[in-house]
Amino acid sequence: MRTNIDRHRNIIDFAISSMLRRKAKNLSLALLYTLIIFVTASLILFVQALRKEAATLLADAPDIVVQRLMAGRHDLIPTSYGEKLAGIRGITAVTPRLWGYYYDPVFGANYTLVARDGDGTGPEKIAIGQGVARSQRISGGDMLTLRSATGTPLLLTVARLLPEESELVSSDLLLLSTADFRTMFDFPAGVATDLAVTVSNQRELATIAGKIAALLPDTRPILKSEILRTYESIFDWRGGMMVVILSVAVIAFVIFAWDKASGLSAEERREIGILKSIGWETGDILLLKFWEGVAISLTAFLVGVILAYLHVFLFSAPLFTQALKGWGVLYPRFRLVPHVDPYQLTILFFLTVLPYTVATIVPSWLAATVDADTAMRS
Amino acid sequence: MNIRHSTSLALLTALNLLLLAMVALHAAAGREQASRDLAVMKGLVRELRLTDLCLATEARYTRHPAMADTHAAFQEHPVALDHFPTGSLILPGIPPARLHAHKH
Repeated sequence: MRTNIDRHRNIIDFAISSMLRRKAKNLSLALLYTLIIFVTASLILFVQALRKEAATLLADAPDIVVQRLMAGRHDLIPTSYGEKLAGIRGITAVTPRLWGYYYDPVFGANYTLVARDGDGTGPEKIAIGQGVARSQRISGGDMLTLRSATGTPLLLTVARLLPEESELVSSDLLLLSTADFRTMFDFPAGVATDLAVTVSNQRELATIAGKIAALLPDTRPILKSEILRTYESIFDWRGGMMVVILSVAVIAFVIFAWDKASGLSAEERREIGILKSIGWETGDILLLKFWEGVAISLTAFLVGVILAYLHVFLFSAPLFTQALKGWGVLYPRFRLVPHVDPYQLTILFFLTVLPYTVATIVPSWLAATVDADTAMRS
Repeated sequence: MNIRHSTSLALLTALNLLLLAMVALHAAAGREQASRDLAVMKGLVRELRLTDLCLATEARYTRHPAMADTHAAFQEHPVALDHFPTGSLILPGIPPARLHAHKH
């Protein structure tokens, strides 16, 4: 046992000495390898954490949201539809939701306006999200001017800022009273943006949605489970940017593996020839190459994963911010709840460390099986 | 004192594994801390009957993907590529297959 450990230690000593002789090449290889793992692991951690957070938060979303469709587009829904819906057995409450979008031409930002009475809002009083406050550089007590649908400015006082820790759901929100909301958009009476439906038995949701669609054929009921599924499949691998990032990582990795599998350098072949001529067995040479592969790939994997964790959960994934921000000027500052999925990391390990190690061993095995003299001369 | 290369590699791997374990501990501690923030957000979602996360604000269908018109590639025009970058990140809402299933 002891002899076996010593044998491995001696081979590792030799492997690392050999790698240090080609310091620049191996160092750049390790750095690139770490970078690939870092980007891929960052993406995995970010998407997983976001999906998990969405599932936790949106579990409290309305059971069913009923939208009215007009010519295939979302249209305002008459509140009288709510009375019809209330007659369906199993529905305990129907609440009209008043919300809409506002484009601020001065700051070039899009806000989501939600009507909400009380809780800091009132006539000409408004509650705003942290992102809005940041982009407009305003705080509690300041005035905010919105241009209403009739062209007249609507002057509102910022009564309060929505909590900083809620930015992931509230960054771009403006909460204003129902009266101000209707004035702002010249919103007709008797209609709402959509209707939030509460159902007593969650198992009846699909049946009730079917009844709603039959009773009001011009509406589209959206179930909570559909909202959750939308976020489960968000950032799916088929999404454009995901394909770009993953394919870049895969191509870079294929180049690595190709470089290794396409053969050894003349210097490496000569080294194998010399080792064989001084008595090394083919098995020893394979072990040498195995440890070379492990030293680089295991270190790169561990460092890459640790850096990815710090990037996503400590620094809020600045690399992905620009991609998510797009042309929008307002972006929420949020810290995702740390979540590391061992299953995903194991898959990443097997998809990166194993192929690299195999790609290191195969050409060495081909070189090690030829005659020492031929290996040295080639 | 000269340290053998194999010892250095073992030490480096042990250090990395230790850091990985610390990362796992940090994640566990972070989850406890985050439960308060989550409670605040869940309260807002419940009170305001919110349906979406505020991830991207540039387009209606990426600000509220769950509420957006069921959209498809080239929805505006046969050759109209998606103008907004986040359109390539955030998938269209799930088509309501359930309703079609119910009609039959």
